[in-house]
Order: sequence, then structure tokens, then C-alpha cells
Amino acid sequence: MREKIVAKIIVVTSGKGGVGKTTTSASFAIGLANRGYKTAVIDFDIGLRNLDLIMGCERRVVYDFVNVIRKEANLNQALIRDKHNRDLFILPASQTRDKDALTKESVEEVLTELAKTFDYIVCDSPAGIERGAQLAMYFADSAIVVTNPEVSSVRDSDRMLGLLTSKTRRAEEGREPISEHLLLTRYSPKRVTRGDMLSLSDVNEILAIPLLGVIPESQAVLRASNSGVPVILDQESDAGQAYMDAVGRFLGEDVPHRFIEDKNHWIKRLFGFKEKEAV
Amino acid sequence: MKNITEGIAKRIVHYFQRPAKTAECAKERLQIIIAHERGERNKPDYLALMQKDLVDVISKYVSINKDDIKIDLERKDGCSILELNVTLPHLADTHI
Repeated sequence: MREKIVAKIIVVTSGKGGVGKTTTSASFAIGLANRGYKTAVIDFDIGLRNLDLIMGCERRVVYDFVNVIRKEANLNQALIRDKHNRDLFILPASQTRDKDALTKESVEEVLTELAKTFDYIVCDSPAGIERGAQLAMYFADSAIVVTNPEVSSVRDSDRMLGLLTSKTRRAEEGREPISEHLLLTRYSPKRVTRGDMLSLSDVNEILAIPLLGVIPESQAVLRASNSGVPVILDQESDAGQAYMDAVGRFLGEDVPHRFIEDKNHWIKRLFGFKEKEAV
Repeated sequence: MKNITEGIAKRIVHYFQRPAKTAECAKERLQIIIAHERGERNKPDYLALMQKDLVDVISKYVSINKDDIKIDLERKDGCSILELNVTLPHLADTHI
């Protein structure tokens, strides 16, 4: 393990559901921990806990975020150590419907406590713009905006960017703004070439925030969630490699973008060699 | 052999007849709606309230709908311009 750095809070957000927030939170948390940073990942989706399933620790949940907030358990009791990396801990959401359990003060208290020992705190935001989503972003230093190349997702992402610049602590205190990163997921270069999908440059032009990475549409993602092993650990897969690259870029490394070009030449398409959808 | 050439010809025709590229349409629609929503976002919160009050005041004298009044705040070179547009109905039915 490295020497402790000043804790950084990262929110993974999108507005729209189903675009890959939890997949991204899980893979990012593992990526950071594998670089030697002590990392905690928090599920803010109160009532719809799912990060535990994606990370494969659903059977080890005893206490949750709301238990900690209500002082029914202390933080150490609720944190679940990841089975792949000893520097990674998961704080699961509760399955109760009581969304009002989260308050600004109580979330701040938990984050402050985590910041004492952890380098990175990854906040997996719920979909929507309700309290859970607002609190997940409120204390953030960086935001990863997960977007699909699709109209509703891009529009919602833009909405979230608006909230990030107005409804967060950094914004309210007039401090340096949250650093925003675009992660384009479920990208299919082939469909972009065909003219059926918004291209990377289209989305980039519309949202106008720095690009962290492009995760290709990949069957590996479903396989990963099926087995509870985050896709970044599948380094055979394009999506796993793309997440690894993105973590590197997040940490300031200069990693060239991959998986953004259509590999099939137009002559091949013209003569109809049937290729499989991206694996 | 004839079949093969026909097949290739069909593919060539098909290649050039692919459906319109919908991504361009998506991009244009997004640019328009997002520009609009960003404009709305930067409006102060009181504008909506002020619009409601103005509708109430004007309604005392002329019957109008809340959609007949448009209120906009434009910022230019350090000063703000409040623009108010009221569409009055036909004079014949203005008296309440």
C-alpha cells in the first residue's frame, strides 16, 4: 500500500438509469485499489441496493449505510472487505424504503470518518435527481458522468452537469469546481460508422467536458455482473481493458484511447462478411 | 455464376440505399434542446414566481392565460435586461 493521500471523493453519476453507473463504480473502485490506493465504494441507492451484487459480496452484507447513519452499527462493522483486494471496502445501501434516512449532515459525518483512512471514496449515485443522487454528488471533488451515446442519456447527463455546478458544496462555497469527466459507455464504433449512433465527437461536442474514456458495448459486462466479478478484472475483454485505461487516465497517466474505431473495413461490409456484434 | 453477380449487385445497391443516418438527427435535436435547457437553467428562481404574480395582476384587468405571458432575463455586458411579453386577447373580449 502507498502512503495515505488527502482523501478524494468521486461521484459516479448519470441522471438516467441503466447506463452503467454501478458497473463503473465497481470497476473504478477495483482499479484504484489495485494501484495501491485504499478505496471505499458507497452505494447511495437506498432501497435499491445493487452494488453488492455487482461486486459479488451480497451474501456478506450485515449492516448498511443507513445502519451506520442511525448509529445502529459503526462504520467498521458495515464496511465489507473486497475478496480480491484488501485495500478495497464496500459500504452497501440499505434495502429499506426509508430514503429520508440520508441527510447532508449524516452523509458528511460518514464521509469525514472515511476520509481519515481512505485515499479514494467512490460514491455510486442512484438514477434520477432526488435526494440520494444529490447527496451522492454534494461532497464530491470529482465527478464521472456516465453517458450512453443515446439522446435521453446525453440530455440527462447535461442536466447532471448543471447540478454539479450549482447544487454541490464546492459550488455553494465558491471553491474550485468539481472536476468533471465524461465516460462514454456502451459505445459501438460499427453503429457509429453506419450513422445510427451518436459518435464520440458528437457527444463530446454537446457535453463539452474532458473525456475520461470510452467503454465499448461488450458482452463481457453482462458476464461480469452475472458472476459478481467486476468487468475490470476480465482483462481479456475489451470493456475490462477500457476501464483499466480510464482509471489510468483518471490518475493522470497519458493513455491513448482504444476501442473507438470501427475495425471492419468498408469493403468487408460491402461484400457482407457477417461480423458478430462486438464481443 | 449469374446468382453470385446478382447477389453482389443487390448488396451494392443495398449498400448505397441504407436508411437515412439517424445519428445526425439525434445530434441536431440534442443541440437544440440542450441549448434551450441550459438557458432555462441560468434563470434565477424568482422568475417563475414573478411570472405568476404578473399573471395575477394583469388578470385583474384583462383575462389572459398564464401561457400568454413570457418573461426572460438576458445578461449582456454586465447588465441584465428583463424582457416581458404579454399577448393580449382580442379587444372585444378583454373586459372581465
